[in-house]
Amino acid sequence: MSRKTMTRRRLIRICVTLAFALAAFPAPAEYADVVLNKRSEKEGVRPVVFSHWFHRIRFRCKVCHFELGFKMRAGANDVLMADIIDGKFCGMCHNNNIAWGADRCDLCHSGRPGLKSGIYGGHQTLGPGRW
Amino acid sequence: MLSRALRLIAMLLLIADAVLAAEVVRRWAPLAQDGVHDPKSPALKLLQEPREALSALPPVAGGNQVDWVQAIEQGRINPRTNIFPETRVRLLESDVLLNLRGSTPIVRFPHRPHTLWLDCGNCHEHLFKSRAGANKLSMDAMLQGEQCGVCHGAVSFPLTECNRCHSVPRAKPAQGKAR
Ligand code: HEC
Ligand code: HEC
Ligand code: HEC
Ligand code: HEC
Ligand code: HEC
Ligand code: HEC
Repeated sequence: MSRKTMTRRRLIRICVTLAFALAAFPAPAEYADVVLNKRSEKEGVRPVVFSHWFHRIRFRCKVCHFELGFKMRAGANDVLMADIIDGKFCGMCHNNNIAWGADRCDLCHSGRPGLKSGIYGGHQTLGPGRW
Repeated sequence: MLSRALRLIAMLLLIADAVLAAEVVRRWAPLAQDGVHDPKSPALKLLQEPREALSALPPVAGGNQVDWVQAIEQGRINPRTNIFPETRVRLLESDVLLNLRGSTPIVRFPHRPHTLWLDCGNCHEHLFKSRAGANKLSMDAMLQGEQCGVCHGAVSFPLTECNRCHSVPRAKPAQGKAR
């Protein structure tokens, strides 16, 4: 390969990479982040963001989806704040025992206003058959 | 003066190119720019950035860019298996080969990595009957978020990573229980 074509290839690669970098903006959510916003925003608080990557470093799926009974479908768990304070759903851990408690509103209610409930992160392959 | 500046720019571009060409660079969006967190939320100063935790774990393409199976097998993480002491933690080692009559490489379904993370009850019997060959699987259904696609494409590595599932070449007669 001549030097000229090599330089040209390198230039093309840089352009392509830059194009991708630009196309990727705004950057997507981390894979498997879940937004819960059935009631939050209507009730005047930010939507809730639940991160799988953070929790799965600490708990296997079976803890939440088998022992604690979270259904494996975004939106399928009808979570009420009163239940959480009663020790259900997130409150099974966020009880000042396994993790910090339900009084730390902002840590859970940290979502961007206007988001729909559902799974985020870019690679999801949801289709019409699902719904 | 000008030529020095030009040389500097060229050098920076070359360094950037070398880094990008290596193609092993993993990038995670900062929370403030990830599109789901409110950049104005006071929590952003307290929440952990994905890069901080995930860059220390074994790399793989797609999803969180972490090989979550190896992360456990290598002892890098040891997530809790149960909260209630009476819960039975079940592990199964057997593999099942799927898609024996197709054209793509055979799919090896390994129980070990799945049961490291999941309980039998997460799959049996509502997603898959626990009998080799008893399920009618289809790539199409998976792409719609059914069958393997309940998890793969949502939380576990995405369906774009074809050869992590289609991992057994057809030429060799493979071992294991067939369907
Ligand atoms: C451990 C996480 C967590 C914490 C901490 C938390 N929430 Fe929630 N909250 C949720 C989830 C999950 C929902 C259900 C989200 C939805 O579907 O809109 C919710 C729902 C709500 C709702 C919607 C209406 C309702 O009653 O369900 C309000 C209002 C609310 N939270 C207020 C608060 C306030 C105020 C605090 C602090 C005292 C707080 N939350 C702390 C997770 C949390
Ligand atoms: C700390 C608890 C927790 C852990 C651990 C956890 N999940 Fe989840 N998962 C949730 C919650 C909460 C939701 C959202 C439920 C909702 O929106 O009603 C969810 C949703 C899901 C969904 C539905 C996504 C969709 O497309 O609708 C899948 C699939 C899933 N989890 C799989 C997994 C797998 C696989 C693991 C292990 C690698 C795992 N989860 C670990 C709490 C957990
Ligand atoms: C199986 C137990 C468990 C369940 C269920 C659970 N969490 Fe957590 N969560 C934890 C633990 C443990 C931490 C880490 C606490 C610490 O760092 O002190 C955590 C931390 C968090 C954080 C902070 C992450 C960070 O960057 O520091 C958020 C936000 C959060 N959880 C939201 C939720 C929401 C929303 C739900 C319900 C949909 C939920 N969690 C359910 C155990 C759980
Ligand atoms: C989560 C695991 C998984 C991933 C990832 C996956 N597949 Fe499949 N695929 C399967 C299973 C299981 C079947 C078996 C269906 C059957 O038994 O007929 C299958 C069947 C197929 C079939 C039809 C049978 C055949 O061999 O002709 C095609 C084509 C196919 N996959 C292509 C792909 C392609 C292309 C990709 C990547 C974009 C991919 N698959 C990713 C699990 C997977
Ligand atoms: C991630 C989903 C998943 C989990 C978790 C899982 N299985 Fe399976 N299992 C499957 C699939 C898929 C097959 C293949 C079925 C087929 O060939 O159509 C299978 C097949 C089987 C079979 C028949 C084939 C064989 O190897 O004999 C048995 C028995 C079985 N599973 C038992 C279990 C037990 C016990 C557990 C818990 C320790 C478990 N499975 C956990 C998905 C799962
Ligand atoms: C209930 C959720 C769930 C279902 C359903 C599921 N998987 Fe998985 N799978 C996981 C999790 C969790 C992992 C761990 C890796 C990860 O999260 O990226 C995994 C990992 C794997 C691996 C990688 C093993 C390794 O050592 O790297 C293969 C291959 C695989 N799955 C194939 C399949 C096939 C084929 C099906 C359908 C027959 C299927 N899975 C259904 C959750 C699931």
